[in-house]
Amino acid sequence: MRKFRHIEEKFFRVLMFLSTSIIVISLSVIIFSILHKGLPSLSWEMISQTPKGGFYFGKEGGILNAIVGSLYLAIASTILALIIGLPVALMMNVHLVKYKKLVDSIRFFLDLLWGVPSIVYGAFGFSVMIYFGLKTSLLAGILTVTLFIIPIMVRAMDEVLKTIPRGLMETAMSLGSTSSEISYRIYLRQVISGLITAVLLSFGRAIGDAASVLFTTGYTDHIPTALNQPTATLPLAIFFQLSSPIPEVQNRAYASALILTIIILFISILSRIFSQKYQKNRIKN
Amino acid sequence: MEDRTKIKIKDLNLSIGKQKILKDINLEIPEKKITVILGPSGCGKTTLLKSLNRLTDLYPDMRVSGNIMIDNVDILHTNEDITLLRQKMGLLSQRPYPLPMNIYNNVAFGLRISGRKKKRYLDKRVEHYLKMANLWDEVKDRLKDPASALSIGQQQRLCLARGLAVDPDIILADEPTSALDPISSEAIEKKFVELKQQYTIVMVTHVLRQARRIADYVVFMYLGEIIEQGTASEVFDNPKQDMTKQYLKGSFN
Repeated sequence: MRKFRHIEEKFFRVLMFLSTSIIVISLSVIIFSILHKGLPSLSWEMISQTPKGGFYFGKEGGILNAIVGSLYLAIASTILALIIGLPVALMMNVHLVKYKKLVDSIRFFLDLLWGVPSIVYGAFGFSVMIYFGLKTSLLAGILTVTLFIIPIMVRAMDEVLKTIPRGLMETAMSLGSTSSEISYRIYLRQVISGLITAVLLSFGRAIGDAASVLFTTGYTDHIPTALNQPTATLPLAIFFQLSSPIPEVQNRAYASALILTIIILFISILSRIFSQKYQKNRIKN
Repeated sequence: MEDRTKIKIKDLNLSIGKQKILKDINLEIPEKKITVILGPSGCGKTTLLKSLNRLTDLYPDMRVSGNIMIDNVDILHTNEDITLLRQKMGLLSQRPYPLPMNIYNNVAFGLRISGRKKKRYLDKRVEHYLKMANLWDEVKDRLKDPASALSIGQQQRLCLARGLAVDPDIILADEPTSALDPISSEAIEKKFVELKQQYTIVMVTHVLRQARRIADYVVFMYLGEIIEQGTASEVFDNPKQDMTKQYLKGSFN
């Protein structure tokens, strides 16, 4: 019996080691290949100029249009999703605390929406655009991506809010606070660092998604100057460059991927810094 | 009971789903005395305490019937603003839950949400209530520190100051010393004896010795029912029910 337990222990240790290694190795390979192929093509022109000679065949110029477009799109839709998502998450955890079944079904539907592939959001956005006779535009993309990230943001915030001990709410209630005061004056402070992480997670999804913007924002070589213009995005820039028959343009796709990765890395570091900064008043469980 | 009744509970029944937590509770709690609710774990003491300021509203599937009269207002069936009713009762819970903000703001929170926002007024009140909870000397130089940096005993006293700051009539305490060291516990007990000059105190405990030390009135509960109630000397020195006698002897916990 004792021996069997030791074998069991060893078996699971090896299994865990293997799965950890698979993840670490594949991640390293991805990063290495992006660096390896992308770094030689990465240049100052790449991030400071718009494409020359078309995004599909052009070997000159850069992808400034896609960088700016992606940032416009991701920042705007994250802000919109925050304005809608934060009150929803707080309502689920404070105002509706007595209605557990209702909240559980809201969670279920949000999880369903989270699971819907982004191309479906893209197709939905596209059909709405056709209905209203709109062309591909930055605005259509922002709205579609907002819809796409709301469930992600709400559920991520919801999970953070769920960790708040019930005693904190009872305490606040017995001081005579209303549900909204509990939400915005107490809960928000308690979980602000987790909420920042949720927002940046959604931002990462917004900036990295290709399918939802394929039909809705379109693509262009120009930097958009108005909401009704089509807009380039980084994931689509990578897609078009990779599908080009010219090897130099294909390599530029890796440089674009590198830029996207750096943006996301930068966002992750920011989120770490912010969440530590706002940690200090938090009540530990 | 010759003392004026502050809280009068009539036929209170409470159940979660099919499980009955409180059965036909009838109880009168006198004004400006310490009433201790005593009993083994899981007998419904805490639930009874929570129903006094309607924290039962927060729990799904919890059904409450009966009447709880506080100053002749039936808080279970009133149209009055429930947040104002709750402000009349300070709550101390088993472990302290300071708010996620600094020490000063913890005490000022209740005042601010009831519309008193002038800084000079707040400064004075915060100092007054921190002194009342015997915490002022320890924190006067670090009012801007997060409340979570205090020790558990200090946090509990901070919670007391915060609860007193909204100017309640009643203090509800749910095993307020169970997470504290002996010295902090004694400080809280002493404070309660002082505070009963001004406040009606209802305390839940399962520490028999603590109840003996500070109780004026004792309510003994078992499995959701009140077995015996009366003045401390009646219940402790001359219990009428067998169950109470056994409990006082320490036969069960």
